Amino acid sequence: MIEFIEIIFTAGFWAATIRIACPLILATIGEVLCERAGVLNLGIEGIMSIGAMVGWMTVFLGADLYTGILAALIIGGIFGLLHAIFTVYLGASQHVTGIGITMLASSLGFFCFKLILPASTTPPKIKPFQPIDIPFLSELPFLGPAFFQHTPFTYLAILVVIFAFWLMNSTPLGLSIKMAGENPMALEAQGIDVFLVRTIAVVLGSALMAVGGAYLTLSAFDAFYFGMINGRGWIAIALVIFASWKPERALLGALLFAGLDAYQVRAQQLAGALIPYQFFLMLPFLLSIVAMVIAAKRTRYPKALLIPFRRGERH
Amino acid sequence: MIKFRLEERAKSPYWLIILSPFIAILVAVILAGILIVLAGANPFESYYQLIIGAFGSKNSFAETLARATPIILTGLAASIAFRAKFWNIGAEGQLYFGALATTLFGTGLVVLPSILMIPFLFIMGALAGGLLLLPLVLLKLYYKVDEVVTTLLLNFVVVLLVSYLLEGPWKDPMSLGWPQGKSVIDEGVLPQILSKTRLHLGFIISMFFAFSVWFILSKTVIGYRIKSVGLNAAAASHAGVPIFKTVLIVALLSGGMAGMAGVTETAGLKGYLTLDLSPGFGYAGIAVAMLANLNPIGVIFSGVFLASIYVGADAMSRAMNVPTYLADVIVALTVLCILLSLVFVHYKVLFFGVKKND
Repeated sequence: MIEFIEIIFTAGFWAATIRIACPLILATIGEVLCERAGVLNLGIEGIMSIGAMVGWMTVFLGADLYTGILAALIIGGIFGLLHAIFTVYLGASQHVTGIGITMLASSLGFFCFKLILPASTTPPKIKPFQPIDIPFLSELPFLGPAFFQHTPFTYLAILVVIFAFWLMNSTPLGLSIKMAGENPMALEAQGIDVFLVRTIAVVLGSALMAVGGAYLTLSAFDAFYFGMINGRGWIAIALVIFASWKPERALLGALLFAGLDAYQVRAQQLAGALIPYQFFLMLPFLLSIVAMVIAAKRTRYPKALLIPFRRGERH
Repeated sequence: MIKFRLEERAKSPYWLIILSPFIAILVAVILAGILIVLAGANPFESYYQLIIGAFGSKNSFAETLARATPIILTGLAASIAFRAKFWNIGAEGQLYFGALATTLFGTGLVVLPSILMIPFLFIMGALAGGLLLLPLVLLKLYYKVDEVVTTLLLNFVVVLLVSYLLEGPWKDPMSLGWPQGKSVIDEGVLPQILSKTRLHLGFIISMFFAFSVWFILSKTVIGYRIKSVGLNAAAASHAGVPIFKTVLIVALLSGGMAGMAGVTETAGLKGYLTLDLSPGFGYAGIAVAMLANLNPIGVIFSGVFLASIYVGADAMSRAMNVPTYLADVIVALTVLCILLSLVFVHYKVLFFGVKKND
């Protein structure tokens, strides 16, 4: 039994937690931005997938890793813009648009991958981001290998949280985004274009989702596989609710979730003979549902979420 | 900058309602044609190959109808649910649950004559699909837990459960290599309806359910309640529609339809459960339902259309060397184009003024 407790006292467990959390953090914050502006973005799963593909392919075709991130950012923004045109400007169903975007982004990604690499039996690999040691801190016992020997992409993800926190709480744009999701009429009354604010939020949020996908192919792994997103986008949507639409809580939620995931992988190695591996793999999905039920009591959706804004119409 | 406003039409012109899905398909096909050009193939030749692949022979036509069978059922599942704005995106999981029920009851546990065995399996499959959705709909009704996310998440859980059962306790000891379930007993197998093809009775059954759902939605009290909940739940509640009961019925009907798609695949097409039983039929159902404007009879046609894209794309891919994922791109583009056309059916776009200095 003691082995199950010892897991959490290994640096490897904490390092894995951070690694698993990063794509979730980026995607969850991306979704927070969209939903705070009043737009549910179910395109997340597909946008992460095409972000993973485009980021990886850019590097595979000879660009450097940072250009890969930039490429993912741009493709995510493009799909975000498409989502915004449909849901913000035309007021189409956010649910169906999102599912449509997920279908389009992932199938387009697969199509292009197959087009560029038609006959790849074993997925080709790139040299992903390497861990860099933060001077002094990385030499600390336990804490060093757990928290200060990560790849630059990981530190970038943490910076994104800080940026999002600052954006939402200390800038006029952040305030406008929150108003667009709570009371768009009031925002319009101040002479601010609700459509534009919502579009900026959805484009920015979708770009972050795609970067979250690219983390998988550029930092956590070194290849692109079909279905590698494997529900991470949907888990991020559950985390948004769990985090009450706040970026800093999204960070905590993603870390907690990733910690449980990292734990189950290690527990699986210990108990693998007793419990079939499929049950361990189910845990993240079941936990997400449980998290939503726990959060349900205090859940307060942004008031204008799902409601299209139409100029000159009263709600 | 050009400013525009959408103005709701008092009445949408009939020609627009009827033409809109066809225009949407046309636009989707043209956009996908650009991808074919990028792939270095001739789009006209490619689409010709696609049509031949889907309808060119008795065999390919039968294959298209066989592929349409589960898609029609998952399309009905989405139609019922979306009418009530109950966002069941879990048809994929419910399909597999129906397939599990078919394997549980259809491989020897229960033996009945064919005439009873087949209806029995469909009932069990429908119950299984509805049962999977039941806890989620109760969570929604009691605790307001968003069903979009929970149904999506549960899809992954069910597929893992199937994987466990097929690799463990339910693995057919006679199968070598790929894990698969035991074969459905002869009494439970859906008979072929066109000789020397894979087209089976499930297609007729799926059409039967399309008409049944149409009848329920447009000719019964419960159908009107479902529609009213979808249009305006608060107003419906005021008018005395029991919301709780109506949403519950919607969920059970929707889950049941998707569950039966699992039955047609397990007892009809394959004869046993496999882990690749459904290459996303649950998600395709959403596209089918949207294309049919949530009309159950329309679902038959849009289901056959989507199936023809999937079946035809395989043939096209072989002949023209265009990745077969093109089929999924066409389907996704169709969904988005349909949404676009719905906007123009229901709203007029009014441009008002061009601001100076913008």
